[in-house]
Amino acid sequence: MNLNFLEFEQPIAELEAKIEELRYVGDDAEINIAEEISRLQAKSKSLTESLFSSLNAWQISQMARHPQRPYTLDYIERLFSDFEELHGDRAYADDPSIVGGIARLDDKPVMVIGQQKGRDTKEKVYRNFGMPRPEGYRKALRLMEMAERFRLPVVTFIDTPGAYPGVGAEERGQSEAIARNLRVMARLRTPIVCTVVGEGGSGGALAIGVGDRVNMLQYSTYSVISPEGCASILWKSAEKASDAAEALGITSWRLKELGLIDRVITEPLGGAHRDIDRMAGNIKATLSEDLDVLARLDMEELLVQRYQRLMSFGNYEER
Amino acid sequence: MSWLQKFLPQISTEGSSKKAVPEGLWAKCPGCNGVLYRAELERNLDVCPKCGHHMRIGARRRLEAFLDAEPRQEIGDDLVPVDHLKFRDSKKYKDRISAAQKATGEDDALIAIMGQVKGVPLVATAFEFRFMGGSMGSVVGERFVRAANASIEHGIPLICFSASGGARMQEALFSLMQMAKTSAVLAILREKGIPFISVMTDPTMGGVSASLAMLGDVNIGEPNALIGFAGPRVIEQTVRETLPEGFQRSEFLLQKGAIDMIVPRGQMRDRIASLLSIMTRQPAPKSA
Repeated sequence: MNLNFLEFEQPIAELEAKIEELRYVGDDAEINIAEEISRLQAKSKSLTESLFSSLNAWQISQMARHPQRPYTLDYIERLFSDFEELHGDRAYADDPSIVGGIARLDDKPVMVIGQQKGRDTKEKVYRNFGMPRPEGYRKALRLMEMAERFRLPVVTFIDTPGAYPGVGAEERGQSEAIARNLRVMARLRTPIVCTVVGEGGSGGALAIGVGDRVNMLQYSTYSVISPEGCASILWKSAEKASDAAEALGITSWRLKELGLIDRVITEPLGGAHRDIDRMAGNIKATLSEDLDVLARLDMEELLVQRYQRLMSFGNYEER
Repeated sequence: MSWLQKFLPQISTEGSSKKAVPEGLWAKCPGCNGVLYRAELERNLDVCPKCGHHMRIGARRRLEAFLDAEPRQEIGDDLVPVDHLKFRDSKKYKDRISAAQKATGEDDALIAIMGQVKGVPLVATAFEFRFMGGSMGSVVGERFVRAANASIEHGIPLICFSASGGARMQEALFSLMQMAKTSAVLAILREKGIPFISVMTDPTMGGVSASLAMLGDVNIGEPNALIGFAGPRVIEQTVRETLPEGFQRSEFLLQKGAIDMIVPRGQMRDRIASLLSIMTRQPAPKSA
């Protein structure tokens, strides 16, 4: 089993392995290898197309956490120039699970903030698996307030299983750190565009997710609780995660349909990791468009629209 | 275990001693195991007269005890929950709503009333923990916003007594967005210079603690209330060690700087009326 592929992708993995093998035998064979390879490649493509045309919510939540999935810094590197990372909350520590800094998006100055996961074991631990502590949220807040002072639009990338549930995090006020970000972002006097690039894990995601536009990559997820967590609480069994994923409606299309997000950013066939440059291009196009539109609004209008958006969330009846 | 129980284990087991307290007339304090006369307990606002343990108290009773008898005007009581997502786990959300409504006599987990405390006008809200764990869904969020808007409209302070496990999972991402919604209205309150006092009671966790509850100009904890972001069990599973005694209790939060003070239930009216009269530059409240 190829660990760089998910379980439901294994048929693709097998085909890809076959193609690699053929390439390796290469020239010394008699049969027409090139033809065989292109036949298998076509087959792999159509297989991928058919698999990905009907992913269920649980499969998509696995895609959002795919071991090969690009992370915030992979996008920052491709989307922006002159990125200067800024560190620390000025009070306690620098939290590596949130990165941020100033940069240019096609010459336009911006403030970039995002959750960062690690690729190998060592980096995973260093990044705390993308689970921020209060100092991470306070660093994000510091950068957002700086962005407001220097009239830089804020661009955030969301990718976290959730805020870190640890003793120190509680001691240092995890709740307060998240709550304060929500309050400040609601009224920050500069445009904010948020993009969910992987996992949008609950309050830990929302703490950098209040904005004028909220977009999601096609195979990212955004949820009040992880499917596993929900299943173990409501179904009393973590094995019902697939049912929970479906019920929670955590996929980009479903959330767009519900009016909770603005745009779904298309991923390359087989997912963002299959072609990171193209994925970055799609994100950049959306970001530039959104930022252009928001830049034309005057500040009061921007704030009114953001506020109305927040107030519109919810379903209830009036008797 | 007493010497008698050691010799005669068959006549006294834990199960039977629990049932020995009759429903209605007597109650047992979970803090000191004392047997209490229920009428006396109720007069004491469900605080054990023997050990001071604060038991959970319903939202309506809480506001009844907190507010002056007159005037009172309920806010957002025309709002009722709907199952927009047709959410179904082991039970249907619709059925869970009905069951909670029947059990509590409330439409949802937050009540808001405009009134006075010792003559100080204010808007008070309270979470009903028995309604699906006081979870915050769309009705809770909208009622809180309407309560805050009434505060803004009349220029009077806002109080919230929270008791909640967090966001309501059955409303999925809509419930998460209530965190952003309630925090946004508090940003306006702050801009207008209207005081918000947050009283965190047992328990105030998750999405409620990580939004409106922590945003008070003054944050108050009831004695020994569990207050935090992640639940103790989740933390224990993550860090794989037993948590220190008193972790995430009001006294712990006071020490860590997350809350301003711990106020026993019996003093809540006096202390809040006094705080608010100073914060709004008014004369000291009348002593009644």
